[in-house]
Amino acid sequence: MSVTVEVSNLIKQFDGGHVRAIDDVNLAIEEGEYLVLLGPSGCGKTTLLRTIAGLEQPTSGDVLIAGSVVNGLPPRVRKVAMVFQSYALYPHKTVLANIVFPLKPEKLPKQERESKARWAAELLGIDQLLDRKPRQLSGGERQRVALARALVRAPHVFLLDEPLSNLDAKLRASARDELKRFQQRVGTTTVYVTHDQAEAMGLGDRIAVMDKGKLRQLGHPVEVYDDPADTFVATFIGSPPMNLVPRDGTLVGFRPEHLLPVSHVTGERVDVTFHVDRIEHLSGDRHVYGTVSGLGEENRVIARLPATVTDPVTPGEAHAFGVNIDRLRFFGAESGTRTEPIRVDAKHG
Amino acid sequence: MAELVRDAPRRQELDGTRRRLADRDGFLAWIFLVPTVVYIIVLVAIPFFLAIAFAFSDVTAGNPSYDWVGLENFSRVFDDPVFWQALRNTFVFTAISMVLIVVFGKVLAMVLVADFRGKWLVRFLVLLPWTTPVALSSITWLWLLHSIYSPIDWVLRNVGLIEDNSYFLGKPALAMGSVIAVHVWRLVPLAAVIMMVGILSIPDDLIEASRIDGAGFWRRLFEITIPLTFPLIAVAALFGAIFTFTDMAVVYVLTGGGPTNSTHVLASWSFVRGIGGGDIGQGAVIALFLFPLLLAAAILILRSVRKMETI
Ligand SMILES: Nc1ncnc2c1ncn2[C@@H]1O[C@H](COP(=O)(O)OP(=O)(O)OP(=O)(O)O)[C@@H](O)[C@H]1O
Ligand SMILES: [Mg+2]
Repeated sequence: MSVTVEVSNLIKQFDGGHVRAIDDVNLAIEEGEYLVLLGPSGCGKTTLLRTIAGLEQPTSGDVLIAGSVVNGLPPRVRKVAMVFQSYALYPHKTVLANIVFPLKPEKLPKQERESKARWAAELLGIDQLLDRKPRQLSGGERQRVALARALVRAPHVFLLDEPLSNLDAKLRASARDELKRFQQRVGTTTVYVTHDQAEAMGLGDRIAVMDKGKLRQLGHPVEVYDDPADTFVATFIGSPPMNLVPRDGTLVGFRPEHLLPVSHVTGERVDVTFHVDRIEHLSGDRHVYGTVSGLGEENRVIARLPATVTDPVTPGEAHAFGVNIDRLRFFGAESGTRTEPIRVDAKHG
Repeated sequence: MAELVRDAPRRQELDGTRRRLADRDGFLAWIFLVPTVVYIIVLVAIPFFLAIAFAFSDVTAGNPSYDWVGLENFSRVFDDPVFWQALRNTFVFTAISMVLIVVFGKVLAMVLVADFRGKWLVRFLVLLPWTTPVALSSITWLWLLHSIYSPIDWVLRNVGLIEDNSYFLGKPALAMGSVIAVHVWRLVPLAAVIMMVGILSIPDDLIEASRIDGAGFWRRLFEITIPLTFPLIAVAALFGAIFTFTDMAVVYVLTGGGPTNSTHVLASWSFVRGIGGGDIGQGAVIALFLFPLLLAAAILILRSVRKMETI
């Protein structure tokens, strides 16, 4: 069972209006979609999630689940399941009792409840831990218990608040993969909060990028990466971030991996002179720091040369680099939002 | 390491020894324990053994010379029906008071943590009984429960619930009830504050998780709040029970043990016999009777707390 989740004109203020945690957000999540909420710390991701869950009431605007307004309804009737960043397992209950707990309001016989809980535990591979208390579990096991508790009563919506942030890097990668496959299997509409862009790019059907309580862009990971709606998204996503070069009241942007020695740029391109300062070697790639001239004002940029590009690049020297003209993005210098392309002198390569 | 210290200049060696003295946990533990040990010996152990000694003697207020009389005091105490009445009263008083205190304390604690307008006033009023000296508040209660001028009677009469005055302190059952009521009124604020601390110590996300999991008020109360605060409640209840068990203030001020010795508890009976009546031997026997009961209660509750494995 999966449903749509929608928020419209949602505003949430704290402290009598001093803090605007969510500032007029409109967002429609499709049935069975895996939406990732991405944004820097303090941008209102958790607040948005809690408002959808019913733990916070909106200051104004609506939350719709399955097409009907649920403002003012308590969490339990919204049929949402939430995994907290801290997992919030009940410390005095065993793993089994933790997983059974959400089933109690449904008037099922005890045995049926337990067999459902065992099914959920098996699905997540924690069926051998059922008699333990949460404090006897590792971080990864706790996360799985929290997930099992969330899915056991087949909720309409999953809300996950940075569920992987307590895990180490290696476990996080495998847990991310597991989570995605699990969601595809059950097909439940999922909202996943993170401030880790790698997680967002890897997991999301769509990504919603937030900043200071506002929704900046909503789209496919590829779309958000390739066609950022504004300079915030352009520089928040991608590491190293998109290069921005001022030119005639506009900012010309291009990703570091598209700034290459001229011989490697195919199609129509703009030529620049790249004064190299410094080179970093990172997992096979070369990150080249320097200044470009010839595209607009002189500006500091970063180029990312993949391992396949073996041209010599020497710090302290100027090199002939180029960017494919289709890879250029344009933003208003004042507003920061996307604008129409402006003319740049191009050459065929 | 030792060689290094020996080779080092003199001042460093001094520093080194001093640090090592402060590092010795066992030594420090003893220093910190000394005041407690002295306190316990002077104010607990000595009176305790003195009481045991008196229990086997014919010491009275008028004749303090010590003569061994064996078990005579014990047989005299046990032959007295007032003692058995007081013993029964002590249990009834403690059990009923503690149940009421825990229940009302819990309810009040939840009122205290709730968020509403003017809660500082409610919190202040709730804590008032605890801050009032019991002798003072009992006098107010004496008036409230007065045989002729009781305002409670007046209200009940005017509402039409009773015909005649209740004589709260004049009938044994009502008098015992009044004693319990005043004692509960006195201890509930403290219980509420202790339980409030317990409730506040539960992480918010656990409460929120239980709301998401569809638990209503009662399920949340019985499956989350109470289990998580149980060790605190148990320890507080233990102290409350011991305090109640040995307390005589309310009985003494409100009824003086009357009517006809029907509301005495062990502590007040021991006081009346030993200090009021001057028969120190009998007073000691009655007071000693509290000891095994308290010991059993303490062991019982501490054990149940230890058995609870939480967090
Ligand atoms: N209960 C509250 N009272 C007052 N301000 C709050 C409250 N909850 C959140 N805020 C504020 O709202 C803003 C958004 O908070 P939120 O927790 O949603 O951020 P977040 O995007 O989840 O950040 P993080 O990635 O660090 O978890 C912050 O500025 C925060 O200080
Ligand atoms: Mg957050």
